[in-house]
Amino acid sequence: MSEQLTIGFLPLVDACLPILAHEHGFAKEEGLHLTFVRDVSWATVLDRLLYGHTDAAHLVAPLAIATTLGRGRPAQPLSAPFVLGLNGNAVTLSSELAARVVTPGLFGDPRACGEELRVEAAAALERGRKLRFGVVHRYSSHNYKLRYWLAASGIRPDEDVEIVTVAPPFVADALGTGEIDGACVGEPWNSVCVERGVGTIVLATAQIWRRGVEKVLAMREPVLEAKRPQVEALIRAMRKAGRHFINSQTWDDSAEILARPEYLGADAALIYRSIADRLILTPGGRPVHYPDFMFQHSEAANFPWVSQAQWLYSQMVRWDHLEFSSEDAETAARVFRPDVYRSALKGTGDALPGANSKVEGSLDQPMQVSTQQGTITLSPNAFFDGSSFDPARIEDYLDGLP
Amino acid sequence: MKVAVVDESAARASIIVEGLAELAGCELFVLTDRRGLLSEIEKIAPDIVLIDLGNPSRDVLEEYFVVSRALARPIAMFVDESDDDAIAASIDAGVSAYVVDGLSANRIRPLLDLAVRRFNAFARLQTDLAEAKGKLAERDTVDRAKRILMDSKKVTEPEAYGELRRKAMSSNKRIFEIAEAVVTAHELMGGAE
Repeated sequence: MSEQLTIGFLPLVDACLPILAHEHGFAKEEGLHLTFVRDVSWATVLDRLLYGHTDAAHLVAPLAIATTLGRGRPAQPLSAPFVLGLNGNAVTLSSELAARVVTPGLFGDPRACGEELRVEAAAALERGRKLRFGVVHRYSSHNYKLRYWLAASGIRPDEDVEIVTVAPPFVADALGTGEIDGACVGEPWNSVCVERGVGTIVLATAQIWRRGVEKVLAMREPVLEAKRPQVEALIRAMRKAGRHFINSQTWDDSAEILARPEYLGADAALIYRSIADRLILTPGGRPVHYPDFMFQHSEAANFPWVSQAQWLYSQMVRWDHLEFSSEDAETAARVFRPDVYRSALKGTGDALPGANSKVEGSLDQPMQVSTQQGTITLSPNAFFDGSSFDPARIEDYLDGLP
Repeated sequence: MKVAVVDESAARASIIVEGLAELAGCELFVLTDRRGLLSEIEKIAPDIVLIDLGNPSRDVLEEYFVVSRALARPIAMFVDESDDDAIAASIDAGVSAYVVDGLSANRIRPLLDLAVRRFNAFARLQTDLAEAKGKLAERDTVDRAKRILMDSKKVTEPEAYGELRRKAMSSNKRIFEIAEAVVTAHELMGGAE
């Protein structure tokens, strides 16, 4: 008897785990039948989730928190029992601007590139036309990582430049027409810009925060409670899909599956680049290997660290200019559900960390951490500016930010 | 009351607008182009914005409403507000509504109901059209299969059709499926179109 779950997603490479869990039969092994609803805006992915068209959704993590806190709409409690991956996005600039801030064809150094960009932003401001950057959503990690990088580089995101929302499929168009000068977007859309000759990739978001949280699997809290066994089965299936996904033998196959019209409807060769962590940064360039460009499985990457939710909340306070509220911080923290992740994988061979929270960005060398089961060695997880986030001291952290 | 209909499908937009035109006191605006969308909206300053769920510009529009400095800015309608059913029905139909605060429910409701009916009607039209196209394509395949049989077996058209039908009956398949197999086989064997 197989249980149905319907999952909403946007055509992005990091929707891969539920899709591959379905295509490779991992969901079926767990007694699940998955169906998918593809949309083209986060607003619609969220509406379908809230109105019950879908049981779960591939969602930008900050939006799950914003929805729970009632930012911009009446509050609806969402839960994220599984992180679909870390990073996997990039900053693409118009080729002209890119040539002034990096050596095209190589990933820039975030500090040096930020410094150059600060000069360019100031010059543009002087000329009366601010540099304009596109992000996919106000409540996206793209927005928060771009802003983090700009601010730490001495560029005030709301004063010195302009940040606007651009739907991923239109980023290349918008760059091409000069509507925007750069964008922070997920794959394959950076590669599409390169392929169309309108942009150059200058940074991976993994360079801004080496282990930054990206999309989550989000559900309405009551649905999670009502369908708890199915959700736990889905978590196990997606862990199996992840193990499969990072095996280089499967990359061609994964790219081909994700490329299908019912999933991403994009060129498999472009999708392959991010799966293989080998992006082509300039039109006609050669692939550049940047390890862990996207990070979907190892080191318990899917574990919903409560500290990650709290970091996202800190950025919401920062950029929405909110008063810090310990009550909201608590509510935001509860969106991430390590308890569900743990109970799904308890007794399997999979590794589970011992803690639910950690100081984000504190590791500058690999460290073996205590676990509930299995072994986990976390890699360096730094923010590019060397700061770290202690979830017990969010207010101090906010005070220390530029 | 100013109503903006944002839809990349000009056909659907016109069907919706035609429906809404029945309502008294509505000034209607249709926006089909992604480019310049926000400046158009700003100019119009609508009381209600209807946008299809499949429109990639939804996030852009929502962001604009959030940051807009306009006093009367439309906000999305949601489940926990009074008119649950109407909103759920609109999401089912594939349209989302943004309404300026303070607009009374009895002015919104008939408009939303009409929009939903028009959306559903358009969806039905599309299904009918897709079916009709599918049938035409099937008939085309059957015709090609008949011609292949007529050429290769030197039989008449009714005989060719009879063979297809017999094979379909004996293998418990549809005539179209048999015809498709014939055409595919013919192509594989290097047969000309």
